[in-house]
Amino acid sequence: MRYSSNLKQKLQLYKRRPGSFIVMILVIGSALTTFLVLFFLVLYILSKGLPYITPSLFSLRYTSENVSVIPALINTVIMTFLSLLIAIPLGIGAAIFLAEYARRGNRFIYVIGLTTETLSGIPSIIYGLFGMIFFVTTCGWGYSLLAGACTLAIMILPLILRTTEEALKSVSDTYREGSFGLGAGKLRTIFRIVLPSAVPGILAGIILAVGRIVGETAALIYTAGTVAQIPKSVLESGRTLSVHMYNLANEGLHMDQAYATAVVLLVLVLGINTLSAAVAKKMTKGQR
Amino acid sequence: MKRGEGTAKWIFTAAAWTSIGAVILICVFLFASGFPAIGKIGVVEFLTGKIWKPGNELYGILPMIIGSLYITAGAMVFGIPIGIFTAVFLAYYCPKKIYPFLKRAVDLLAGIPSVVYGFFGLVVLVPWIRSIGRGLGLGGNGSSILTASLLLAIMILPTIIGVTESSLRAVPVQYYEGALALGATHERSIFRVVLPAAKSGVVTGVVLGIGRAVGETMAVVMVAGNQARMPAGLFKGVRTLTANIVIEMGYAADIHREALIATGVVLFILILILNIVVALLKRKERS
Repeated sequence: MRYSSNLKQKLQLYKRRPGSFIVMILVIGSALTTFLVLFFLVLYILSKGLPYITPSLFSLRYTSENVSVIPALINTVIMTFLSLLIAIPLGIGAAIFLAEYARRGNRFIYVIGLTTETLSGIPSIIYGLFGMIFFVTTCGWGYSLLAGACTLAIMILPLILRTTEEALKSVSDTYREGSFGLGAGKLRTIFRIVLPSAVPGILAGIILAVGRIVGETAALIYTAGTVAQIPKSVLESGRTLSVHMYNLANEGLHMDQAYATAVVLLVLVLGINTLSAAVAKKMTKGQR
Repeated sequence: MKRGEGTAKWIFTAAAWTSIGAVILICVFLFASGFPAIGKIGVVEFLTGKIWKPGNELYGILPMIIGSLYITAGAMVFGIPIGIFTAVFLAYYCPKKIYPFLKRAVDLLAGIPSVVYGFFGLVVLVPWIRSIGRGLGLGGNGSSILTASLLLAIMILPTIIGVTESSLRAVPVQYYEGALALGATHERSIFRVVLPAAKSGVVTGVVLGIGRAVGETMAVVMVAGNQARMPAGLFKGVRTLTANIVIEMGYAADIHREALIATGVVLFILILILNIVVALLKRKERS
C-alpha cells in the first residue's frame, strides 16, 4: 500500500504540495505523541517505583508500616477466580446457544445482541452502584468478595460471550458435518469437536477479562469494600490491588509504596497482555 | 434423540437469557432506587439546580453535568485528532517491521488500569499544569478541567485508534489507488478519498470514545479537583457525575444516598443514549 518513490522525488513533490507536507507532519507527529506518551508513562512509573520494590512490600500481613501488597494481590486472585467461575459457564453457554442452536435472523438473537452491547457500554461505576444496591443491600451480603465478584461477572459477561461466539463461528462447518456423519449427537459434537477447536479464541477472551478484573476499581469500592486484609470467607470485605492502589494514592501517606504498587499492577497487566497476544497468535496459526 | 440433548438446549437457552436478565435487573434496581429521590427533590431542581450542598438539603447536579460535558469535550479536542491521525499512520504510513510492536503498544494503552492513569496524572500532569497555570497568572492548583481532559484524551486514544484503523482498512484499496492515479498525493488520497469512505466507522469510534470519557471515574477523581461548583475556568477544578458518586457514597445516608444513586441514573441514561447512537451508526454502516 505504500507509495514507492525515492526520497528526492518525494521531497520535490512535497515542495509543490505544501498542504500534503503539513498533513504528513501532523500524521507522524500524532503517532509519535501517542507512542511517546505510552513509553514515558511506563518508564516513569518503573523508574520511580522499582527502587521501592522491597521484601517488606511483600509481607504476608498488611500494616501501615510495610504497606504490603500481598493481601491485595491474594484478594485479586480470589476475586478473579470467583468472577470467572460465574461468568465463564454463563458466557460460554450463551455463546453456544447463539452459535450452535439459534437460527439466523431470530428476534431473540437480536435482543441478546442488543443487551450484550448495552452491557459492554455501561461504565464500571454504574455496575458498582447496581452491585451496591442489589448484591450488598437487597441480597444482604454486605461489602464482600462475593458481592464484588458477582458485579464483575456481569461486567465481563459480554466480553466472554462475544469472543466465545466468534471463536465458535470461526470453526469450519465441515467439522460439525463430519461429526454428525459419524453418528455423534449435537451435544457430543459441540463438546468433543467444536469447543476444543475453539479453545484458543475462548482463552484469549478469558485472559482479556482477567485484565479487566485486575484493573477494576470503581465497580469494587462499594461492593467488595476496602479492607486491606485477606478475608476469612467470601462474605467478608477485601480490597483488590487496584482498589489498594487507589487508596494509597488518595491517602497520600505512602507515595513511595504507591509507585511500587503501580509497578506491580503495570507488570501484571503487561504480563496478561503478552499472554493474550501469544494465545491469539496460536489461534491464527492453528487456522492456517 | 438422546434425553440429554433437550436438557442441554434448555441450559444453553437459559444462559443466553442472563444478559437480558442482567440489563433488566440493572435498569429496575437503578431506576427504582433513583427515581423516588428525583421525585422528592423535584426534576427541575435536581437537573438544573446549581448548588450541591447535601448538608443543607440542596441537591442540584447541574455543576456535575456541565463538569462531565466540559471534561469530555476537552478530551475530544485533544483525543480525536491525535487518535485519527495515529490510526492513519498505522494503516498507511507505518513500516511493516515496526507495525506489530505499535499494535501491541495500542493494546497496552487500552489495558493499563484507570487507577494507574490516575496516579500518573496525579504525579506528572497535575504539577505540570499547576506550573503552567501559575506561569500564565491563571492560578489553580493543578487539579483542573484541563488536566482531566488531557488525561482522558490519552485514555480514549486506544478506542478511537482501534475502531478508526479497522474501518480505514475496510475501505477497498482501489479507492486509494484510483485517487493516486488521478495525480493526488498520498496525503490527499487518504484524507479526501479513503477517510470520507470510512466516515461512519470513524464516527462510531469517536462516539465510543465519548462513552468511555463520560463514564470514566477513578482517573478523573484523582486529577479533576472535584469541587462541586459551576466551572470557573480551564485551570480550575470541577466535579463530574461519576466523581460525585464515588466521593460521597462512602458516608451518604437516606436522601443524600438516593440523590447519589439518582446522579448515577442520569449518567446511565446519558450512556444509554450514546449506546443507541452507536447501534444506529453500526446499522447504517451495514446497509
